[in-house]
Amino acid sequence: MTLDKGELAESSGEPDDYVPSQRRLDRERYRRARARRATAIGALSTLVTGAVLYLVVVNAPGWPRTKETFFDWGYAREAFPKVLEGLWLNVRLLLVCGAAVLVLGMLIAVARTLRGPVFFPLRVLAAAYTDFFRGLPLIINLMIVVLGVPALRLQGVTLDPVLLGGTALTLTYSAYVAEVFRAGIESVHPSQRAAARSLGLSNRQALRYVVLPQAVRRQVPPLLNDLVSLQKDTGLVSIGGAVDAVRAADIIVGRSLNYTPYIVAGLVFVALTIPMTRFTDWVTARMDRRRAQGGVT
Amino acid sequence: MSETPVLRMESVRKSFGGSVVLRGVDLEVAPHTVTALIGASGSGKSTLLRCANLLEEIDDGAIWLDGEEITDPRADQDAVRRRIGVVFQAYNLFPHMTVLENITLAPRRVHGVPRAEAEARARELLERLGLGGRAGEYPDRLSGGQQQRVAIVRALAVRPRLLLLDEITAALDPELVGEVLTVVRDLKDEGMTMVLATHEMGFAREVADQVCFLEGGVVLERGTAEQVFGEPRQERTRRFLRRIVEAGRL
Repeated sequence: MTLDKGELAESSGEPDDYVPSQRRLDRERYRRARARRATAIGALSTLVTGAVLYLVVVNAPGWPRTKETFFDWGYAREAFPKVLEGLWLNVRLLLVCGAAVLVLGMLIAVARTLRGPVFFPLRVLAAAYTDFFRGLPLIINLMIVVLGVPALRLQGVTLDPVLLGGTALTLTYSAYVAEVFRAGIESVHPSQRAAARSLGLSNRQALRYVVLPQAVRRQVPPLLNDLVSLQKDTGLVSIGGAVDAVRAADIIVGRSLNYTPYIVAGLVFVALTIPMTRFTDWVTARMDRRRAQGGVT
Repeated sequence: MSETPVLRMESVRKSFGGSVVLRGVDLEVAPHTVTALIGASGSGKSTLLRCANLLEEIDDGAIWLDGEEITDPRADQDAVRRRIGVVFQAYNLFPHMTVLENITLAPRRVHGVPRAEAEARARELLERLGLGGRAGEYPDRLSGGQQQRVAIVRALAVRPRLLLLDEITAALDPELVGEVLTVVRDLKDEGMTMVLATHEMGFAREVADQVCFLEGGVVLERGTAEQVFGEPRQERTRRFLRRIVEAGRL
């Protein structure tokens, strides 16, 4: 039973003079051959699918007209710089709203997990908030805030559609993000809180140093997902007349009756979200790998 | 016992929903002694420890720490927990912190010890428990035995008055049990007051000054290790020990 502290077991991982056996080499050769075949089949089926889609669209009876109204190169070139200029507004909205959403969402999530009768009204308020704003369609929320608030003619309240639109976005998205945070907080095993409390940490300290850091880490993928979604929904502030990428396209469409600018705006948004989506995938994959390596997460 | 006991429990009762786990437990732990709680799984050993640390609120009875009633609703629970160290069966280390951060969290945040001082003490304790090189590692890179020793260091870092050990070897591979028990043995030699729930009967017999056999929610038999293991007075204690012997655990 008794072990000297010096001889406590450590696993050894020293290199030896291992030479792969023929069996291993055969297996690897087989796997490589199969991988090559799979790649070839994949490439072929992609080509065929693409060709079929192309032929179906191009041979559609309305294609020539559609091509003119939606894919006009001239209008595309005219719209692109304007749309890009508008996009700067979307990016700024994303940054400001994203930060506000994270802070507000966290506050609401924490409010919902507070215990004790003192916090009852706060808990109810937070729950009501998330229920309401998760259920309310964003477009209606935007119309109420962007069009309804100025109609009140309150002194000192802004009429700026960008500010109002940003407020509406923040209201809706902080409700989503609060639920993401709350799920994270609840996913931290109670034994972690017990360990923290047994060390003498107060409830607040346990939350701050032990529960929240683990909760946030786990929720990074779904949070990024909501940010990608917020990024494209910033396009909706155009309903209040703010000149963002969508509105910039709108202006040209209204003048020319050609829809190409919408396509340009759409593609620009896609181009903006792709890096974010890839980043999300990368983070998720990295976290999965970590989890697979170490037991306790 | 002339000295004030470090821990005293009187008629402690605790139930979860309909099931009564403790139905009137009395216990006294003198300073610088080791008390072993033995008994079948579900006999209430862990619950008793959790109650002593106020992680569970008791239904009835009272608990004193150094003569001060801690089950008084006016008592400051955080202050009480600061004086009691706990080591859990599943280690419960914080996975997002390094070994050093795990250990210095409470000294720094609860006791306001400056970082450098807290880290110095942590390193000294790690060194003593044979974990000198592990300060910067994350818990999931360590073996079970190493994790449990870190958990012990974490509990010791705040210089607790009393250490509660809840089946700290139950989750370990047999060959790792020894390294953890060695640490407990050393702590006993240093005069640490400890209460441990355990299935390691041989170990309980060796280190415990007092052995309590829990069954049916009460302390059915208590005495020195020699008495409880050598000549148990209660039939049910004898039956329990016989089963343990048959299972090859004593």
